[in-house]
Amino acid sequence: MRRMKTIAASVLSVAVLGLAQTASAETLRLLTWGGYAPENVVEMFEKETGITVEVTKSNNEEMIAKLRATGGGGFDLIQPSQDRIAGPQLEFGIYKPIDLSKIDKSLFIPSMLEATMKNTTVDGQVYGVPHVWGTSGLVVNTKKAPMVKDYLDLCAPEVAGKVTYRLKRPTLIAFAFSMGMDPFAAYGDEAAYKDILSKVEAKLIECKPNVKTYWSGGDELLNLMRSGETVAAMAWDTGGWKLNAENPDITFVAPKSGALGWIDTFALPAKGQADDAAYKWINFVMQPKVAAMITEAAGNFTASKGADEYVSADLKARYQASFPPEAVDNIKWYPPVPAGLEALEGAVLDRVKAAQ
Amino acid sequence: MREGTRLGFILLLTPLLLWLSLLILIPHVDMFLVSIRERVGVGKYDISLANYRTFWGEPLYLWTFARTAVMSILATIITFLIAFPVSYYIAKIARGRLQSALFLACLIPFWVSELVRTFGWMILLRETGVFSGLLQWLGLAEGPVEMLYNDAAIMVGLVYTSMLFMVVPLVTTLESLDDAVIEAGYDLGGNGWSVLREIVLPHAKPGIVSGSIVVFMLSLGNYLTPTMLGGKDSLWFTELIYSQFIVRFNWELGAAFGFMLLLLSSLIVWGMLRLTGETLEETMG
Repeated sequence: MRRMKTIAASVLSVAVLGLAQTASAETLRLLTWGGYAPENVVEMFEKETGITVEVTKSNNEEMIAKLRATGGGGFDLIQPSQDRIAGPQLEFGIYKPIDLSKIDKSLFIPSMLEATMKNTTVDGQVYGVPHVWGTSGLVVNTKKAPMVKDYLDLCAPEVAGKVTYRLKRPTLIAFAFSMGMDPFAAYGDEAAYKDILSKVEAKLIECKPNVKTYWSGGDELLNLMRSGETVAAMAWDTGGWKLNAENPDITFVAPKSGALGWIDTFALPAKGQADDAAYKWINFVMQPKVAAMITEAAGNFTASKGADEYVSADLKARYQASFPPEAVDNIKWYPPVPAGLEALEGAVLDRVKAAQ
Repeated sequence: MREGTRLGFILLLTPLLLWLSLLILIPHVDMFLVSIRERVGVGKYDISLANYRTFWGEPLYLWTFARTAVMSILATIITFLIAFPVSYYIAKIARGRLQSALFLACLIPFWVSELVRTFGWMILLRETGVFSGLLQWLGLAEGPVEMLYNDAAIMVGLVYTSMLFMVVPLVTTLESLDDAVIEAGYDLGGNGWSVLREIVLPHAKPGIVSGSIVVFMLSLGNYLTPTMLGGKDSLWFTELIYSQFIVRFNWELGAAFGFMLLLLSSLIVWGMLRLTGETLEETMG
């Protein structure tokens, strides 16, 4: 019996040792979006600091789910959107506060830094600083669907069967704005928000026959638009600009009721083990020249002050064509999502998906 | 000596026990504990059956499960109808190298990952895809034909993915059937149909049942194929579980769904076994 115990114990300990991650201080485990840590930038950083960077690509929901599963461990720096910090922090406690003295604030566009810090403050402590920003709006084939100017136009008979959007919360928000309501103002009022959601649900069900498929990945969307199987979509600005480079007919259009603006941030996971490396990375990639390299890779602009100068003229021209000054002012920036809102929205999305 | 055999027994048993307890038992217990929690406030939870009530109370979830189960049963039947002649040919008619070559041919699609196979079907079926182009070239269709994003596409994907799991058990059981028995059937005045019904099918029954169970469970638990090929109406139960866990942060409901899936699918398999009069021991042994 004793022997059995010894054997069991040794087998177990070997298994545990094998599973345990060997994270040394000289490694930065970065959980981010595709394009935010391009290879050339990683190489420059590794050469300058000697810190190895391990990049994992993900999206908002997966980032939070991963951190929730480990209680905030497994990564040293993550990049969720600014509206996904305060809620999950209150609910799951997966982040740790940022030591602002270790960040070179002069590298950031002041208004954006200010806004992000305000939105990510919990109990007087700041949990996020801005990195990359962009919008979602409409990607339109302007030759085949010139009439699509706002989200609701996706439900028009002219584009029946040739439309695609995601079945996710941005779509709910966008349709609400397009129907003349302000969902962000109702964030704090559950009854009012439910009311908005039920109107949007009816609209989305009515609109369903128009939809070819609900896209779920960026590549899927690009393929649908590229092949002409769909002529109008709700999608990110970068998708539209990427397609524009291949086919000048297709481009990103800022909708009449306003594009939805998001800011992806830098945040520290609660059990991160390389905070110093994380701060070094933040200060490194926010340098204008490096930030411009990230813009080239990701397609989106950054919160780095003065980086625009180094961005290629092509990208700048596309940005200016999609965003005349009044459209920039009309961008609706996501406020922090209150905890528990997703359950309401989830039920609506499930019902839309099930509707015949 | 005795001590030695006992040590060997324990050593041989350890991997199995570790596997069962670490990967199956403990996660399931944990899942169950999560599933009986109810969120009552920010970061506060109570023990309750609210999540199970949600499952039974919301027709949408029951409907999705029923749909998933019916589609999986249908996929199992179609897979059997296609796999049976194939297996019969491999086991009884083909000989020598042809036999192994055919068997290998069934295996080849499994050398690439499921994701790649599903993408393959998307390339074939989509509006600007291969089939659509072929039909237009032959003059059989006027404009582009959309074959993706419907239930038929899901079915094609499911059947294709599970073929092998039906063919293997069928070939094994059919090979064990003595040719002389079939000949005797004909000698006694049977025709092709009655020989199939009276001799071949009863002999192959354990293989059919075990193949069906595997195919049914694989289809029911499939996530990739229904989501990618199904389009806007796909609605698969595993998709609901995924979205509760990852998109909605609602682990409690997701865990309850997971348990209902485990329970209901076990019930269906048990029902099928009762219906065919097989026992699990006979089938798996």
